[in-house]
Amino acid sequence: MKQRLELKLNGEMREVFVEPWRTLAEVLRDELGLLGTKVSCGTGDCGACNVLLEGKVVSSCLVLAPQAQGREILTIEGLATPEGLHPLQEAFIEHFAVQCGYCIPGMIITAKACLDENPDATEDEVRLAMSGNLCRCTGYVKVTEAIMAAKEKMKKSVSGTGYGKGR
Amino acid sequence: MGPFEYFEPATVEEAVSLLKKYGEGAKILAGGTDLVVMMREREIKPRYVINLGRIAGLNYVHLDGDKGLRIGALTTIAGLERAPELKSSYRIISQAAARLATIAIRNMATIGGNLCNAAPSADMAPPLLALKGAVKLTGTAGERIVPLEEFFIGPGVTTLKPDELMIEIQVPAVPAHTGGMYLKHGVKGAAGLAVVGVAAVVTLDIRDSVFEEVDIALGAVAPTPIRAKRAEALLKGQKISDGLIEEAARVTSDESSPIDDVRGSAEYRREMVRVRTWEAIRGALKLAKSV
Ligand SMILES: Cc1cc2nc3c(=O)[nH]c(=O)nc-3n(C[C@H](O)[C@H](O)[C@H](O)COP(=O)(O)OP(=O)(O)OC[C@H]3O[C@@H](n4cnc5c(N)ncnc54)[C@H](O)[C@@H]3O)c2cc1C
Ligand code: FES
Ligand code: FES
Repeated sequence: MKQRLELKLNGEMREVFVEPWRTLAEVLRDELGLLGTKVSCGTGDCGACNVLLEGKVVSSCLVLAPQAQGREILTIEGLATPEGLHPLQEAFIEHFAVQCGYCIPGMIITAKACLDENPDATEDEVRLAMSGNLCRCTGYVKVTEAIMAAKEKMKKSVSGTGYGKGR
Repeated sequence: MGPFEYFEPATVEEAVSLLKKYGEGAKILAGGTDLVVMMREREIKPRYVINLGRIAGLNYVHLDGDKGLRIGALTTIAGLERAPELKSSYRIISQAAARLATIAIRNMATIGGNLCNAAPSADMAPPLLALKGAVKLTGTAGERIVPLEEFFIGPGVTTLKPDELMIEIQVPAVPAHTGGMYLKHGVKGAAGLAVVGVAAVVTLDIRDSVFEEVDIALGAVAPTPIRAKRAEALLKGQKISDGLIEEAARVTSDESSPIDDVRGSAEYRREMVRVRTWEAIRGALKLAKSV
C-alpha cells in the first residue's frame, strides 16, 4: 500500500505517495524526476546513487523510502545556486574529471560530504573517502585533482555566504 | 523487492510485541545494509519489516570506569569510528569500524546489524570477541545477557529467538597494560569483505615480561567468528619471546577451518591467519607496553 512520504529535498518540502519497499533512489528518479542520482549496482558497492541524508553520505539504493520520511536530502541537483555551479562541479569540469559522467553525481556528493566534515582533508584522506565510488572510465587521478582544487576554492568561500556546511 | 508491511515502532516494547505477533515472517531493519541487499537479491522475502530506526535511546557509547563499555545496538559503524570513548583502551573497536565497508555504508550500518547478521566475516565480531564482549537481548520472556562467544551459531544463525532484539553490546573494563589490534586482510582494500580478520588483545605483566592475558579472535575463517583458544592458552602466563609468538600464530592457523571461495582459497587463508596473527600479537604487545 502506498504511504505518504515527505522529504526536505534540496531545501524544498516535497510529498509523494510510495510503497514502503521502494528505495530512496527509485523515489528520487521515478517519482520526483531527479535523474541526476544514478543507480548502477543496486547493492551498495559503487556509490553512483550516493546522496546526503541529514548531511551524511548514504547509498540511496539501500535506503527504504520510509527511512527517509521527514528527513533532509541533498542530491546533485541541489548543489548549484542561482549564482553558479558549486566549486566541486566547477573543478570537475576544469580538471577534465568527467568522461561518460555516470559516476560523477555520486562522486561529487561523496566529495562534498568529505570536505564538509574535514575542510582540510589531505589527498590520502580524500582518496580513502572516495574509495567506495567506482568509475569505469575517467579513473581516479583527475577526480582526486579536482577535489583537491575544489577544497582550496571552498575554503576561500566558507567565510562568505558561499558553500560551507549545508547547501 | 517487496511487497511487505512496514512498521516503525517507537519503543523496544512495541518492537518486541510486533515480533511476537508476526513471528518468522517478520524481519528487523536497522541500517538495512545487509537486509535490503538480501531483499533486493530475493534471498529473503519477509512479509513484515520492522524498522528500529525511530526508536530513541539505542544509539550511544557509554564508558563507565570499572564497569566497562556499553554500546547501543543502533549505534552506527561511522559513530564507532569517531567515538572519543573508543580512542584509547577500546581503540581496537574504532579501528575495526574504520575498516568496515565504505563511508556511505558505515553511515547507515549499525553494530547490532553487523552482529545479528552473523556473517563469518563480520568485522566488528573479532575485536568484541577478543575483548570478551557480551550482548543484551530482549524479548517477550524478558532480558538476557549472552556472551558474544555463545551468540554465533553458524553463518547467519545466532541464539536470537524470533521474538528477540539485540539492544546493547557490553564490554568489560580493560586492565592496565592492555593493547589490542585488529587486522583485516582483504583483496580490495577498505571496501571489501575480510578474507581473514584477526583481533588480538594482550595484557602484560610488565615486571616479569609475561603475557598475563591473551585473547585472539578470527573472522572469515570458520562458520562463525571464533576464538583461538589453544593459542591463547599457549601464551597465557608465559614469558614473552619471538619464538613463542611464532608458535602461537601457527597454532591459531591450525585452529581456523577456512573454506575456498571467491575471496581466497582455504590454504591461502590459513597462511594469512598465521601471518596476520603474528603481526596482530606483536602490534597489541607494543601498544600494551605503551599504556
Ligand atoms: C557494499 C557493502 C560493503 C560491506 N562491507 C562490509 C565489511 O567490510 N565488513 C562487514 O563486516 N560488513 C560489511 N557489509 C555488511 C553490512 O554493512 C554490515 O554487516 C552492517 O553492520 C549491517 O548493519 P545494518 O544495521 O545495516 O543491518 P541490517 O541490514 O539492518 O540488519 C542485518 C540483520 O540483522 C538483523 N538485525 C539488525 N539489527 C538487529 C537488532 N538490534 N536486533 C535483532 N536483529 C537485528 C536484521 O533483521 C538483519 O537480519 C557490507 C555491506 C555492503 C552493502
Ligand atoms: S547503485 Fe547504489 S551503491 Fe551502486
Ligand atoms: S566517468 Fe564514466 S563511470 Fe566515471
